[in-house]
Amino acid sequence: MPSLPDMTTADAADLARAQAAAHPGQTAPRPDADQEALFEALLRIGDSTLILAHRVSEWCGHAPALEEDIGLANVALDLIGQTQMWLGLAAEVEGEGRTDNDLAYLRDAWDFRNLLIVERPNGDFGQTLMRQFLFDAWHLELLTALMQSADPRVAEIAAKAVKEVAYHLERSSDLVIRLGDGSEESHRRMQDALDDLWPYTGEMFLSDDKDVTPAAEGVMPDPSSLRAKWEAVVREVLDEATLSIPENDFAHKGGKQGVHTEHLGYILAEMQFLQRAYPGASW
Amino acid sequence: MSKEWPLWEIFIRGQHGLNHRHVGSLHAPDAEMAVLNARDVYTRRNEGVSIWVVRSADITASSPSEKGPLFEPANSKVYRHPTFFDIPDEVGHM
Amino acid sequence: MYAQMVKSEGMKSRDEMSAEEQAFQDRIDRGEKIEPKEWMPEGYRKTLIRQIGQHAHSEIVGQLPEGNWITRAPTLERKAILLAKVQDEAGHGLYLYSACETLGVTRDELMELLHAGKMKYSSIFNYPTLTWADMGAVGWLVDGAAIMNQVPLQRTSYGPYSRAMIRICKEESFHQRQGYAIMMKMASGTPAQKKMAQDALNRLWYPSLMMFGPSDKDSVHSAQSMSWKIKMNSNDELRQKFVDQTVPQAEYLGLTVPDPALKWNEDKGGYDFSEPDWSEFYDVLAGNGPCNKDRLGARVKAWEDGAWFRDGLVAHARKAAARRTPAAAE
Repeated sequence: MPSLPDMTTADAADLARAQAAAHPGQTAPRPDADQEALFEALLRIGDSTLILAHRVSEWCGHAPALEEDIGLANVALDLIGQTQMWLGLAAEVEGEGRTDNDLAYLRDAWDFRNLLIVERPNGDFGQTLMRQFLFDAWHLELLTALMQSADPRVAEIAAKAVKEVAYHLERSSDLVIRLGDGSEESHRRMQDALDDLWPYTGEMFLSDDKDVTPAAEGVMPDPSSLRAKWEAVVREVLDEATLSIPENDFAHKGGKQGVHTEHLGYILAEMQFLQRAYPGASW
Repeated sequence: MSKEWPLWEIFIRGQHGLNHRHVGSLHAPDAEMAVLNARDVYTRRNEGVSIWVVRSADITASSPSEKGPLFEPANSKVYRHPTFFDIPDEVGHM
Repeated sequence: MYAQMVKSEGMKSRDEMSAEEQAFQDRIDRGEKIEPKEWMPEGYRKTLIRQIGQHAHSEIVGQLPEGNWITRAPTLERKAILLAKVQDEAGHGLYLYSACETLGVTRDELMELLHAGKMKYSSIFNYPTLTWADMGAVGWLVDGAAIMNQVPLQRTSYGPYSRAMIRICKEESFHQRQGYAIMMKMASGTPAQKKMAQDALNRLWYPSLMMFGPSDKDSVHSAQSMSWKIKMNSNDELRQKFVDQTVPQAEYLGLTVPDPALKWNEDKGGYDFSEPDWSEFYDVLAGNGPCNKDRLGARVKAWEDGAWFRDGLVAHARKAAARRTPAAAE
């Protein structure tokens, strides 16, 4: 075992891992509290885009029309790209030598911070579209706010992602309107989807102690501040779609704190299989 | 009445300000969705800045048997093509 | 090759042709493109519908074996690349269905024929993708074989088909390369990865050779299609070319082509190689491949489950049109 890290290893993450393995007692200096809060906040965004990309990509080859198959794949591709940026920055902020892929593939469910709504099973195509619409409307408000982030790295990612997400929302709201105000069957399916998913929207706007510091520093918006605009967009679209918002305002929660539904475990088992079965291999 | 989505012809203006060019077809329930679908299908590689869609059934085409009368007169006007004129090399590029 | 065993009419001699047929053949011989709505022999139209339709079906059924691994791709980058690739296949299917529709058949009709088992897709997609290395091998071998067939088809006599092929070939070049890039990574990786790569080559080598269809001596439909320029090369010619191109690529990877009889033949300037097991090929075509039922079942399910979605959008489009111009409501 060499006493110094092998300097020919190009990958910084490999270096860090080798270093950690060689000196089990040694840890990198703890990031300060601000950085830890930022790391957490970045996971909350990047994990949501990651898990939603996974769900949307499940449709590839199975959508109801070729044009939809192609359109949905574009959405998933955008979300994967955004995940790479958010988790890449999270890894950088964490400062322990991990990469975006380490964060995606080598954490267990309790370390994931995504919203519960994105891990909901795809259901029929209406469920998928309604989930996308409710998420897109929130996502756009979030990114719009993040473009003003006090952290320029965050603002930069948001500025790139916001253009993609504006299109996602255009597409999903258009389809929700058409299907809600379409045939009897499509209306019924969209209303069912809305009823099923509505209890998963409240979590988007709940704050906890982890949100306090980034919000106070102007790095991230306070989640509750996004609600009014989100609701305005959602109401307008659902009205036009002739769909009724459920009276029930119960909100499932826990995703942001790492307490998930059973579905996430299966998603990760599938997604992380190769990295887990062949540890350390390069792909 | 058929429930099949109608076919649309897609025209895209590329990055360089040229005319809209026919790039292919797709299916969509109406014109607005044809535009959205065209963006997803035909500009995946950043090919375009503007999209036109026309319902295929609404296109009136010259009939192939008229190919002679429609296009042959233009063929005979060879003077429309710059290579028709011999310009001496000494004159330089024109 | 995504079109195998496409039935066409028997070939007519020049004397048996009508004046129209002779003029049509002359145009093709001069290298002119045939465009939609121009006169064409019924056999030409029917053969093209079968061939382009089969090609289109192969693209969308071909999404499935690779789509199978999108959710299991080992890194975010690989996931994005694979998804983009499978998405391209949907696009290629779409271009080809559109080309086919210019011949007077609708996409929905073609879908119904596929689902009823009355039209085929390439035999290769009835084989399973069992490991991540299969994503490499499919790109490298299957797309490699497809490209071998598609590049010459850019010059095919039917205009819309030719233009679809040009667009497809332009997009396809990234597919084979991404496959080979995966193979390079695997072949130079851990012993387990290398084993995975070799295993993928072992399983997919002969099915890839089958993609070109049976030997010319057993291929009864080639002559007419070749004179119509909707088939540009013989099956054996393309298969030979594929082997000659692929063997050195396998050697570069340090992998062994699973054919003990494989040997360079100086005289012909190409490799001698073993024929695939053609009885297996006919079994797969007859519906008895490892994945026939799953593949077709997945397509039928997508189509049937999506009916309410497609119909719902049509219902909305009609309502919206009626609101704009009440007279057009009926």
